[in-house]
Amino acid sequence: MIDLIDVHKGFGPKKVLQGVNLSIQTGTSMVIIGGSGTGKSVALKCVLGLITPDRGRILLDGKDTREGDRDAFLARFGMLFQGGALFDSLPVWQNVAFRLLRGSLKRPKAEAREIAIEKLRRVGLKPETADLFPAELSGGMQKRVGLARAIAAEPEIIFFDEPTTGLDPIMAGVINDLIREIVVEMGATAMTITHDMSSVRAIADNVAMLHDGVIKWSGPVSEMDNSGDPYLDQFIHGRAEGPIEAVR
Amino acid sequence: MNLTAPLAALGANVLAALAMIGRVTLYAAETVSHLFRPPFYGREFMNALLHIGWLSLPVVGMTTLFTGGALALQIYAGGSRFNAEAVVPSIVAIGMVRELGPVLGGLMVAARVASSIAAEIGTMKVTEQIDALVTLSTHPMKYLTLPRVLAATLAVPVLVGVGDVVGIMGGYLVGITRLEFNAAAYLTNTMDFLETFDVVSGLIKGAVFGFIVALIGCFYGMHSARGAQGVGRATKSAVVAASVLIFAANYILTELFFSA
Repeated sequence: MIDLIDVHKGFGPKKVLQGVNLSIQTGTSMVIIGGSGTGKSVALKCVLGLITPDRGRILLDGKDTREGDRDAFLARFGMLFQGGALFDSLPVWQNVAFRLLRGSLKRPKAEAREIAIEKLRRVGLKPETADLFPAELSGGMQKRVGLARAIAAEPEIIFFDEPTTGLDPIMAGVINDLIREIVVEMGATAMTITHDMSSVRAIADNVAMLHDGVIKWSGPVSEMDNSGDPYLDQFIHGRAEGPIEAVR
Repeated sequence: MNLTAPLAALGANVLAALAMIGRVTLYAAETVSHLFRPPFYGREFMNALLHIGWLSLPVVGMTTLFTGGALALQIYAGGSRFNAEAVVPSIVAIGMVRELGPVLGGLMVAARVASSIAAEIGTMKVTEQIDALVTLSTHPMKYLTLPRVLAATLAVPVLVGVGDVVGIMGGYLVGITRLEFNAAAYLTNTMDFLETFDVVSGLIKGAVFGFIVALIGCFYGMHSARGAQGVGRATKSAVVAASVLIFAANYILTELFFSA
C-alpha cells in the first residue's frame, strides 16, 4: 500500500503540490488525472524519490520511503516513462534486461537475454526487435519496449507516466489493454498518470483528480461519471466552462 | 539613476560564480568518493576509454605534429637574431613536453570530449533517461560520471605522451628538411637537453586536464536545462569552462613544478 500524507512540493515561488493525500491499495490500479502542469508527474516522482518533497510523508507498506535500503526499495518498482526513456546506446534487449544485467538482480547474460525476449513477446514485439537500437523503432514500439523494461524484473508496483501520449488512438488502445492485462496477470499495484480518458476507463480501478496542488476527488472508476464534483465533471467531459480556468 | 545598480549586478555575478565553483567542487568530491564504493561499471569504463583515448588520437596527433613544425620554424627565426639557431631541437622538445603537448592535447580533448559528454548526458537528462537509470537501481554518478572521469584521467596523459613524440617529430621533420639540420645531431640535441621531470610534469598536467574535461562535461550535462536550447547551452558552457579551467590549472601546475 502506498500512502501520500500531506505532501507539499514547490519549485521556487511556484507551489505545485500543496498537501496531497492519497492511498493506493495493494493490487489495485490507481489513475491520477488532472490538467497539464498540475503536478501529476511531480507526485509520481516524489514517491520514487526522484524528487524530494518539501513537506509531508510518503509511506510504502507503512514505512517511510526515505528510510531503509534504497536499492531494495527501487527493486520493488517498475516504471514506464512518457517518452520511453530508452537508453540510445544500448540495443533493445539490453534496455529491457538492464536491471537483470547488473546490481542485486544480476543474471547470466544468456538468461537475461532470454527473459528480455520473453518480455518483448509479452508486449507484442518479435524477437528480431531485440537486437535493434531504440532509434530504429517507431513511437509505439518504443512504448512497448519501455513497458517490457518496466515489467522485466516482475516488480510489485508499476508506474505509468502518460502511457498513451503521442500514440494514435488504435496504438493507444493496444497499450491500454496491455497495461491492464499485465497488471492483472502480475497482481501488481499500478499508479498511472494521464490526461487520456480512454486510458482511465481501460486501466483504472480507482481514480484521483489532482488540481491546484491537492486531490479534488478520488473514488472508484465506476463512480467517476456520477461524482457530482464540478472539477471532475469539467475535466472528464472536456468542457471549456467550469471551475477549472481554461487559458485561451 | 540608481548608482548602486552596477555594483549590485557585479555582486550578483560574483556570487553566481562562487556558487558554481562550490557546486563543481561538491560534484568532483562526490565523483571521487564513488571511486571507493562499489558497484563499478567496467564495460562503461572501457567504452569511455575507447571514445576519449583511442578516438582522440588522430586529432591530438595532427594538432601536435603541425604545432611542432611551426614551433621549429619560429624558434629558428627568433634564434637567428642572436645566432642561436642551434637551440631549435632542445627548445622544441622542452616546449612540447612541458607546455604545448599537455595544453594542446587537453584543449583538443576538451573540444572533442567535453562537448560530446555534455551533449550526451544532457540529452539523457531531458529525455528522462537519467531518471530511468535511478528507477533501475543504477546511480547515474557511478554509471555515467565516474567511468568517463576515470577514463579521461588515465587516457589524456597517454594522449599527451603521444602528442609529445609526434610534436617533436614535427619539429624534427621541419628541422631536417627546411632548416638544414643534421638528422642525427637534431635527435642528439633533443635527447641531451630533455630531463625526465620535463616529461613527467607534462603527463601529470595531462591527467589533471583529463579529469577537468570529463568532470566539466558530465557536470554541465547533468545540470542541462530542458529542450534543445538547454542541451546546446550546456554543451557550449562545458567546452568554454573546460578550456578556461585547463589554462588556469596549467598556470597553477607550472608555478608548482617550475617556479624558482
